[in-house]
Amino acid sequence: MESHASERYRPLTLVAELTYRCPLRCLYCSNPVERSGATNPELGQEHWQTVLTDAESLGVVQVHFTGGEPLLRTELEALVAHARSLGLYSSLITSGLGLTRERLQQLSAAGLDHVQVSIQGMSDADGVQIAGRAGLTQKLQVMEWVRALELPLTINVVLHRHNIEQIPQLIDLAERLGAERLELANSQYLGWALANREYLMPDDTQIERAREQANAAKQRLRGRMELLFVLPDYHAGVVRACMQGWASRYIVVSPDGMVLPCHQAHALPGLEFERVTGRSLKDIWRDNPGLNQFRGESWMAEPCRSCERRSQDFGGCRCQAFQLTGRMDATDPACKLAPDHDLILRAREQARAPDARLPLRYRRVPREPAAR
Amino acid sequence: MTLPISEPIPETAKPKLARKVRLRFDRHSNAHWLLYPERGMQLSASAASIAALCTGAKTLQQIVDELHAGAPGSSREQIAQDVRQFLGALRDRSLLEPL
Repeated sequence: MESHASERYRPLTLVAELTYRCPLRCLYCSNPVERSGATNPELGQEHWQTVLTDAESLGVVQVHFTGGEPLLRTELEALVAHARSLGLYSSLITSGLGLTRERLQQLSAAGLDHVQVSIQGMSDADGVQIAGRAGLTQKLQVMEWVRALELPLTINVVLHRHNIEQIPQLIDLAERLGAERLELANSQYLGWALANREYLMPDDTQIERAREQANAAKQRLRGRMELLFVLPDYHAGVVRACMQGWASRYIVVSPDGMVLPCHQAHALPGLEFERVTGRSLKDIWRDNPGLNQFRGESWMAEPCRSCERRSQDFGGCRCQAFQLTGRMDATDPACKLAPDHDLILRAREQARAPDARLPLRYRRVPREPAAR
Repeated sequence: MTLPISEPIPETAKPKLARKVRLRFDRHSNAHWLLYPERGMQLSASAASIAALCTGAKTLQQIVDELHAGAPGSSREQIAQDVRQFLGALRDRSLLEPL
């Protein structure tokens, strides 16, 4: 028999962060700020295979191979093949840098279902400024290969004030390449993106125009290409159902095997998470105190506790609450009902006239640790 | 030429699940699911039997005939309506190859 918790919290997606190493160092990277020099050994192939097997038995149907840059792991093909043997739908989330046509062919043969390639904008200058490196030509080449091998393609662009006005050209590009999906996702201001918020955050006028352009294109492309447009939480007024609820539908496993409810949760103080090197994923998912901390609704205070949206948005993002207010059980300030919503309004006000002299904070990318 | 999405699907169209879509039996829910990037859709038994026929080899008419033949006593009209409705929902989500 499955336990109560695993029945109620059936995970559907495993986010397998294979490494924090990356040729890029994006200003909005979702890898942890405080562990950017992490030297814990990366999980080896056997551990990852066990993670995949256990995740599938918990109910997972989707796996995202991500990082860092997952292509830096030579075990990737074997892991894709293992995921396929379990019937999982696998996505490769990549910058495309370093990929060859031969390797993509091998990944496809191993059973990869879908490739997501990110670009920083329509020019190399965007790449240099945001990610510390050009590379658009290579990324476009990779996308051509994805099409040629008949793999489904998502183009992902993180939007911010310096590229948000490129939306029409980005849509053109996606159409020209015949992408199945285009993800235009505004940066969410957590972690590295919070450190660089003043540089990145669009103003209200930019957001409004972007929303109109995206909605018009969405209608026009209906049935042909899926267009996703994600607002910054700061501009949505209501909060996102972050990860569809804490430790509910998503399992994130970090490169060193830590089982987390999201990409950012390591930064929350006092929460005890565990690594799959100590106990099995199944056991951790069932009773790890960190994962149980914000499951359900009993942890909520007002105004969430009596709010009719609480079962849809789950009180929003715990990491955002902590990073902005210092209290991880606070109502997500992005909610217009939150006592701390003023923090959001002030940041938006500031985005009308940002201080251009602020230094940018690029992440340091960890060196190659030995795999175990 | 891609058929505009507002147009009804013609009897002669040969619907095919988009290549990003995989049909999978899920032992946890004892149901078939459609899996596609970042999402999954749990199907009813009748939706699953329609999806399984969307291989690009059969016309809409043939799909309806086949389902009707497999369910003696059912109304062909009702089946046709269910199939159209389900395929419309799939098309709307870009889960069918363009018709």
